[in-house]
Parts: sequence; structure tokens; C-alpha cells
Amino acid sequence: MSQQQTYPVQLVQPDGRRVLDKEHGALVADVDAGRLRQLYRDMVITRRIDVEATALQRQGQLGLWPPLLGQEAAQVGSAHALHPDDYVFCSYRETAVAYCRGVPPEQLTALWRGVSHHCWDPDEVKMTNANIVVGSQGLHATGYAFAAHLDGADIATIAYFGDGATSQGDLAEALGFAAAWSAPVVFFCQNNQWAISEPVSVQSHVPLVRRADGYGIPGVQVDGNDVLAVLAVTRRAVERARTGAGPTFIEAMTYRMGPHTTADDPTRYRTAADTEFWAQRDPIERVRLLLDREGDLSPEFVQQVTGEADEVARRLRTATIEMPDPDPVRMFDNVYATEHPLMTEERQQLSAHLAEGAQS
Amino acid sequence: MITTFAAALNVGLRRAMEDDAKVVLLGEDIGRLGGVFRVTDTLQKDFGEHRVIDTPLAESGIVGTAFGMALRGYRPVVEIQFDGFVYPAFDQIVSQVAKIHNRTAGKVKAPLTIRIPFGGGIGAVEHHSESPEVYFAHTAGLRVVSPSTPADAYSMIRQAISLDDPVIFFEPKRRYWDKADVDFEGEPDLPLHKARVRTRGADATVVAYGGTVATALTAAKIAAEEGHSLEVIDLRSLSPIDVDTIAESVDKTGRLVIVHEAPVFAGLGAEIAARVTERCFYHLEAPVLRVGGYDIPYPPAKLEKHHLPDPDRILAAVDRCLAA
Ligand SMILES: Cc1ncc(C[n+]2csc(CCOP(=O)(O)OP(=O)(O)O)c2C)c(N)n1
Repeated sequence: MSQQQTYPVQLVQPDGRRVLDKEHGALVADVDAGRLRQLYRDMVITRRIDVEATALQRQGQLGLWPPLLGQEAAQVGSAHALHPDDYVFCSYRETAVAYCRGVPPEQLTALWRGVSHHCWDPDEVKMTNANIVVGSQGLHATGYAFAAHLDGADIATIAYFGDGATSQGDLAEALGFAAAWSAPVVFFCQNNQWAISEPVSVQSHVPLVRRADGYGIPGVQVDGNDVLAVLAVTRRAVERARTGAGPTFIEAMTYRMGPHTTADDPTRYRTAADTEFWAQRDPIERVRLLLDREGDLSPEFVQQVTGEADEVARRLRTATIEMPDPDPVRMFDNVYATEHPLMTEERQQLSAHLAEGAQS
Repeated sequence: MITTFAAALNVGLRRAMEDDAKVVLLGEDIGRLGGVFRVTDTLQKDFGEHRVIDTPLAESGIVGTAFGMALRGYRPVVEIQFDGFVYPAFDQIVSQVAKIHNRTAGKVKAPLTIRIPFGGGIGAVEHHSESPEVYFAHTAGLRVVSPSTPADAYSMIRQAISLDDPVIFFEPKRRYWDKADVDFEGEPDLPLHKARVRTRGADATVVAYGGTVATALTAAKIAAEEGHSLEVIDLRSLSPIDVDTIAESVDKTGRLVIVHEAPVFAGLGAEIAARVTERCFYHLEAPVLRVGGYDIPYPPAKLEKHHLPDPDRILAAVDRCLAA
């Protein structure tokens, strides 16, 4: 069991100054200026993706979008701690994780445009598609991790979920199973303070990280807007899992700057002052200040990253707008792995109906 | 008063809370936000946080604790945010809530109302457009109802809350913004278990419920222009089913088309068809036909117009019966 953490792990302060924390600093000692710029770059690009997708929704090109604005460090930092063969179980907001796993920007929007139930091939990037039913992926990550362990594979899984999700029975059960099996799974809670309109106080009266305690799972609370600190604690958790030491629970303290989804109106339930407080702790600005302070940020680099982000956004936009509506008869595809007569019959019915419509 | 479906429910909940201090609301985001569909808008402000309770994000917990409150004499009204999220509460509903009265030889009642926005037609993502009504209709001990108009939304929510049995209350979400005149002073004009004849007709009977009633009425209008008069029945109660009203109509028209957006296979249409066939065998001029969703997971938003019964598919079925 780890020591009880009384404060969130932090390696960089909001103004860009480093924090002297030898224990966690050592976990990211290899992160030089070049690697830090990479983290900065991925955060800038994923924010650009998010802003573009939000705009696409406002323009009617997407039915819905769940913004990650403000959570870039939690997602990019943790994703960079993973090995390519580790498996990611996500909820619906992990766009930056998907990007870091190598999902091309062109593939990020199909679900939200309503043309498909999925966006990318899960096994290609070792990351599931969006899980909309809150909390269930905790169990899946645990089962997958256990199976990998049985196979003798040295991999970890990671389950991403929100603060609200910790109230679901599925997550409690996942923690119990993971502990009992000593499963190589990392529970990564992005505590963005809100579950739609409900503040985290509705879910818990103790820090969420302490939930892990009751299951005998080590927990760590980290400043989720500090990409280095998130990288450090996730690396340690992944390493623990991969070497057979069992599960870890990470609570990344962050904030959802935008609405829950584009269908939500946060002005009904939270104050501008609250949001402003967190705006002062912006995760991207923090790395920029750090790089700037240490003389590792040139105007050319910033410009280059902006250019790259614009290019990614352009690809996302074009691909989204050009996504055709699917052929209606494809509805019957893949309902079963082995087609059965009812599907064949209904596909024919719909085809006939469509053909009639085309004639009249 | 001209009101939306959602606002009619809001007034119904407000009146029920005014009339009985034991009526409490539980759910996710129902307080300050007023629910994602705003059905509970302003109620927390007016009744306080102990009567309009923002719960942790846990459906099994919501129904299980509401059940506990009911055992203590409260009349909880639960909101499940979307149809696809009732499944975590399924065990509580079917194993506990539905069975308690029977299991205790009638000593213990569970006067719970579980409100579930259901069905498609709003361009939503996965798990937000489901029609899970048959899972509940198949469970003894539960009443299952679904209003289709603002007026019924108001009267039926009042009836559901005052009933001593647990009621699964399905709200067709694509009708939330429909407007109509609602008499907030009058008493309900029908018992909760009765169907409502919406239009009189002689050529065929069309039974629908929830989101598809309006579709059936549109089909009836088009049919009328083509010289066929359809009798459209809004089922309203999915368990029990008001077979009398349907049978009376079918005895007259000789033809029945059942419409729902849930998958047809093992759907409510099958139950209605079987019962009507039994009752009206000698009056039926044609086989009973069903028009419904396909037997697939609810498709992505861009395809839902093909999946949901539209007037065209209803009329095609009507034509088939008329030709028989
Ligand atoms: C089982 C279930 N219940 C309800 C919902 C509706 N819903 C979608 S997201 C959400 C809030 C989730 O909050 P949290 O877990 O903190 O994650 P966040 O959205 O903040 O990332 C709710 C209530 C759902 N998707 N699944």
C-alpha cells in the first residue's frame, strides 16, 4: 500500500515554475526540452481538434460533441505514459487520448455525426470506441487486464472515467475484481469537478482517490492540469501493472472548461468565477510558461505548432463534412457475426421499400 | 392552456408535490439543471433539495433508494435520464420493486413512478433512443404506461403517482416539445389502463403508442385524402393492455395494424395481435399486421428515419390489409 497522499502531486506550478518533488520528478527525469515540446504540441493540437469539432457541431455538421477543453494535460500526460501494446478503455471524452494513440483526425467524428456507432478500429490503436454508458468500461479494462495476465503478456490496461462514474456500481465492482485478481489495470479518473450539472460533492464526501483504499488499491491524486505530473504518476502506475504489482487508482484533478456536451448549458448550474479560477490554471499555458522560463520555446516552434494544429483541424473539418450518410441497408450488417434469416429478410424488406420510394 | 408535453409533466409533478408532502423526486441533474429535458425545471427551487434530489450518478442506487423510501411511506418519482441508462437499475426494478407486494402477501406496497424518456427521432447518439418497454411489460407487478399528448402527460403522471403500484412511465422524448391545450383543473377523463380512440374510422384500426401515435394520425389524414377512414387508437397503457377498446374497434373495421418503434420481434405488437386474434377471429378480414423498428440495435442518427415507422410504411400496411 502506498502512503496516503494528502496533496495532489505537482511538478510544475501554474506560473511555470518547477516544484521540487524528487520522488515524482525522478519518474520524468528523461523528459528533456524536446520531449516537453512534444507534450506541448499534442496538447495544442488536441485543443485545436476540440475547438474545431465544437464549431462543426455549432454549424450543424455534428449532432453532438463532448468537449475536452481544459483536460488536455490529464489526457495527453497519461496517454504518453502508455506503451503501444497497452490497451485503453475510454468513456466518450478522451479525444486527446485517441489522438495520442494514433487515431487519425479524420476518424474522430463519425459517431458524433451520426453516421456510425464507432470511429476507429479499436485493435489497430489498442483503444476502445466511446463508451457512453457511464462506468461500465472499468470492468472491461479489468477483465482484459486479467486475461492478458493469464496469457503471460506484459501489458497494462487503463480505464478512463469521470468523477460521476465513480458512483456507479460497475466501478465499485471493477475495483473489487481488480484488487482480488491483482489485475494489471490503471483506473484513471478525470475529476473535472462536474457530472453534467452535479458537482463532485454529490458523488462523494471524501476525495475520490480514497475509494481505492477500501479495496486495498493504492491511490494517487495528481494535479490534472500539470502534464508532467500526470505523466509521472501514470508511468509509475503502468509500470506497477506491467510488472505484476497490481492495480492503481489515479485521480487527476482538473476542470471541464466548456459545457458537458454541446447540448448542455453550464450557466444554469455554475458560476463564471469558478470557471475563471480554473482558467488561471490552464494546462497548456503552464507548459508554455515552463518552456519559456527555461529558454526552450522559440517563436518559430510556436508558429510551427500552430500551423500543424491548423492543418489537423482542416483535415478534421474536410473529412467530417465529406462523410456521406450511410446506405440504409447497412443497418443490418454486423448485428450478428453470423447472419441469420431475420436480418436477411428485413434487409430485403427495406431494399424493396426503398426501391418503391425511388419509383414513385 | 397551451403547453408543451414537457411543461405539462412539470405542472403534473408540481401539483402532485403540492398535494402530498410524501411525493419526492430523485434523479441525475433534476435539480438546478431541471433535468436534461427540463421536465423538473424550477421544482427544486420551489420545493427544496430534500424533495427534488440530485442523486449520485448511479441508476441502481437511485431506484434502490427510492424503493427504500417507498417502504417508509414516501411516493418517489424517479427520473432515469435516458432509456439506455435504465439497465443498471433493471435488477432493482424487476427483482425488488415489481415483486415486493406479492412477496409480502400484499402487506408492503411500492408506489414508485419511474419516468423514462424513451424512443428516437431526436438525432441522438447511441443508448439515447431505445424502446425498452417490453422488458418491463413482461414483468408481473409493474404497470407500464406511455402518454402521447401534453394533456395525457399531465393526467397520466398524476394518476401514476397516486397509484399504489410501481409504474414505469415512458415519455416519448420526440414529443417533449409538442404543444396542445391542457386543462390543468379537470380530473382525468380516462382510467390509467384505458386506451384512447383518437380518430374514428371504418376501414381499418391502427393502434400506436408513445412517439408513433402522431405518426399514425398523420397516416390517417393521408388515408382520408385517399378515401379510407382509419380508426387510430392510442394504447396509453402498455401493461395491462386495454383489449376491449381495440377489440370493439376491430369488430367494426375488421382490420388491424399495430405500430411501434420498438423492434417488431417479440414486441408489444405480437401480444396485441395474439389477443385481438383470439377475441375478434370471426370479424377479422385480414391478418393483423405490425409496423415497427427493425430488429437491430438503434441505428446511427442519420439512419433513424429509415428505422422509425413513417406514414408511408403505415399506409403500406393498411393497403395490404385492405387488399386482403
Ligand atoms: C449509466 C449512465 N447514466 C447516465 C448517463 C447520462 N450521462 C452521460 S454523461 C453523464 C455525466 C458523467 O459525468 P462524469 O462521470 O463525471 O464524466 P464527465 O462527463 O464529467 O467526463 C451522465 C449523467 C450515462 N451516459 N450513463
